[in-house]
Amino acid sequence: MSARPLRVVGHPAPRVDGLEKVTGRARYVTDLVLPGMAHAKVLRSPYAHARVTRVDVARARVRPGVFTALSSADLTWCEPYFGPAFRDRPVLAIDVARHEGEPVAAVAAVDEATATEALELIDVDYEPLPSAITLEEALGPGAPLVHTGEPLSGHFADLSTLRPQPGTNVCHRFHFERGDTVTALAGADLVVEDTYRFPPVQHVALEPHAVLAAWDETGALTLWASTQNPYSVRVELAKMFGLPLARIRVIVPHLGGGFGSKTYAKLEPLAAALARAAGRPVRLAASVPEAFQTVRRCAARVGTRVGFRRDGTLVAVECAADYDVGAYADIGPRVVQKATYTATGPYRVPHVKLDARAVYTNTTPGGAFRGFGVPQLAWALESLFDVAADRLDRDPVDLRRQNFLAHGEEFAPGDTPIDGKLEESLGRAAEAIGWTRAGAADRGRGVAAMLKASVAPSVSEAIVRLHTDGSVSVLASAVEMGQGTRTVLAQIAAEVLSVPLARVTVVQPDTAVTPYDQTTSSSRSTAMTGRAVQVAAEDVREQLVRVVAEALGVAARDLALEDGAVVAPARRLTYAEVLVLRFGMSGGELIGRGVIAPGRTAAPLGGSTPFWEMAVGAAEVSVDEETGAVRVERYVSVADVGRAINPLLLEGQDEGGVVQGLGHTLLEEMLYADGHLLNGTLLAYRVPRADDAPPALECRFVENADGSGPFGAKGAGEGSLIPVSPAVANALARLTGVRFRDLPLTPERVWRALRARGR
Amino acid sequence: MRIRLAVNGRAQDLEVASHALLLDVLRDVLDLKGAKRSCDTQVCGACTVLVDGLAVSACTYLAVEADGRSVLTVEGLADGESLDPLQRAFLDAGAVQCGFCTSGMLLTARALLRENGAPTRDDVLHYLRGSLCRCTGYRKIVDAVLTAAETAR
Repeated sequence: MSARPLRVVGHPAPRVDGLEKVTGRARYVTDLVLPGMAHAKVLRSPYAHARVTRVDVARARVRPGVFTALSSADLTWCEPYFGPAFRDRPVLAIDVARHEGEPVAAVAAVDEATATEALELIDVDYEPLPSAITLEEALGPGAPLVHTGEPLSGHFADLSTLRPQPGTNVCHRFHFERGDTVTALAGADLVVEDTYRFPPVQHVALEPHAVLAAWDETGALTLWASTQNPYSVRVELAKMFGLPLARIRVIVPHLGGGFGSKTYAKLEPLAAALARAAGRPVRLAASVPEAFQTVRRCAARVGTRVGFRRDGTLVAVECAADYDVGAYADIGPRVVQKATYTATGPYRVPHVKLDARAVYTNTTPGGAFRGFGVPQLAWALESLFDVAADRLDRDPVDLRRQNFLAHGEEFAPGDTPIDGKLEESLGRAAEAIGWTRAGAADRGRGVAAMLKASVAPSVSEAIVRLHTDGSVSVLASAVEMGQGTRTVLAQIAAEVLSVPLARVTVVQPDTAVTPYDQTTSSSRSTAMTGRAVQVAAEDVREQLVRVVAEALGVAARDLALEDGAVVAPARRLTYAEVLVLRFGMSGGELIGRGVIAPGRTAAPLGGSTPFWEMAVGAAEVSVDEETGAVRVERYVSVADVGRAINPLLLEGQDEGGVVQGLGHTLLEEMLYADGHLLNGTLLAYRVPRADDAPPALECRFVENADGSGPFGAKGAGEGSLIPVSPAVANALARLTGVRFRDLPLTPERVWRALRARGR
Repeated sequence: MRIRLAVNGRAQDLEVASHALLLDVLRDVLDLKGAKRSCDTQVCGACTVLVDGLAVSACTYLAVEADGRSVLTVEGLADGESLDPLQRAFLDAGAVQCGFCTSGMLLTARALLRENGAPTRDDVLHYLRGSLCRCTGYRKIVDAVLTAAETAR
């Protein structure tokens, strides 16, 4: 079969789930109702750190309308701990509450009001303990220990290398080195170094976490959950209840945003336990303040030292990063390990020494958030790059270009060679922002670049079914959370099978129906799940061709698929006709299977990234010297995506990434005082509004079809966010002469720094 | 308490608690799930519906306040199978991602266009200050509202 131009892939098709979303028909977890369903509410610790000496739920339990009230003492019939990296997180606090808002007891009742009232009947005695809220408090001498025992290892074999350090608050350490940084830095002509801080921020998915759990008459468990990885949730619940995986079904309706907040189990264990105890379905829907108590981005303190030769050649990078992972590990240790591995960014660095610690504190657990630890490191490295350019009297764009890893170059031994062209992204970003043109005196411009690995090894499977009417079902477990994966998967299947997009239905993830997919995160769905769908569709295509080749006695190479038909030199058979040939009647279906499982490799982290995510950001900013308010007037993002399967949706992803990045750059920070979160509501925690977005925002793509994904695609969606902070700060430094090391760049912080400069 | 109101053009005669919120009555009593609960504090706009043509946060609006009034939810935007120009524009512009803010965005925009049929970009930005979206970066939403205004003219 000869290559033909792409008809569906590469086109800006409107999203396949758009109609139900603009008509209000799309169903999210909290829109679902089951007969007899109870509503749950959670009693949470008011203390950052406290011994829980007594929890008495007896009065709540007997209140009319209450089906069950639980404390950890009641969970004798299940494993009471969960967590992906370590099983250190109790379903309900056991003896100690380690952060404000930790679930201590829970109630399921006939309605939410009754459940809320019943919480007031629960008696809890706390003995407050000294707490460690900041990295300094957690790492200082005599620091209060967040955990005193050794946690159980997690459920996931690929995380088995993670280790806590008993007797400290260090929950995991990562070290990586190559070459000899001491000698290299001693011989460098310029060494720039500083410590940069990145604040704790929350995802603020507009839909807070929600679960509906129901046990059936056979003792099997079904959950409708707002999760980005139903298969990881299934493993956690199987372990918790001692059930075979096949007896647990996790169904994922539409998600109201994820951004990493809905990776791995969050409220699912508690909802399942309540449903079991209540003997009826239970809905547990978090409020926005409860989401702030469930997960956040890991704050970080990053000390980076970079050495250059006089000619601008980068010779060495040392980086020591401490990440605040909060009270429970969640996936924090992997965030730290995986991000730190790429702390050198998209640059050729012969001598490298990287040390990172994941540190427990008495705050909301830190987990995955778009960028997975990389934004924290890029904030430091990309800021220092501009500091160095200044000291070397070099153009920041040129200095980056000089040191970029080239296409095909090794990043680390055993890992995937660089699969994109950073210089092309940088060139386009610089051109679009008008880098070489003189700008207005009251504007500053800055650039920054990023590189990020995707999770490896990982597994995605897909099934494609061709029905007797020629329509197609795609079964895959990539979760649609707004990023457009359903549309992209449909486009891939439609392209391979030569059917219109409207003939393809992508089934909602359901572990009883749709096959294994490791996770919807790490920008991996298009590349990995999409590739599995492509292979599965190709399997169906081969079956179609085989049936026709055998029936007509022609060679397979003389057959082609075209507009829902197999075309032979002298005949054209619709898929419906081919299926009749195959089955002798109008019945049966062709089923294709795709498995993408690259497996373990000799790469430093045990698997080779399936693609490198690469992007460049360029910002033009202004500042109001009177108020310190920074305004991003223009922003250009260029991401190297291999191929844009759907340019419209991809553009939407990257625009959203830029504006989300502006959140932690200019506005967002979870503020604690005396162990209490001060701003865990949307009244007090400001995320970007429409009028905060740059008036001119352009997201462009480099497409060289050089990715390992379908049609040469790579992953995208995180890359646009990562350069935002350093690009804005670099622009601000060029405008004002002031270098910022702490985020967010609030008016107060900027105003104070401008005043200090003036003195 | 007894309230009589029109919801999406249909008369409703309901018995509601005096403290019942319009959002709960719409979602749980009338099974109109398009308006979403999120911040509960009139900040995010996910619960926005129109009462007599004006945008309100149904999460903090008492159902009894809607007595004798006309309520429009996202389910009432389309005319049968024929989409409102705003819905069409949101689809075509890629202004929808996760969809959780979409119904509130659409109704807020509808209130704007009722007030001002030829809004500028700044008018739209100002009107959308009470509607948060964490997915899109807003540009495509603003574009969609401007396109819909043009289509409707």
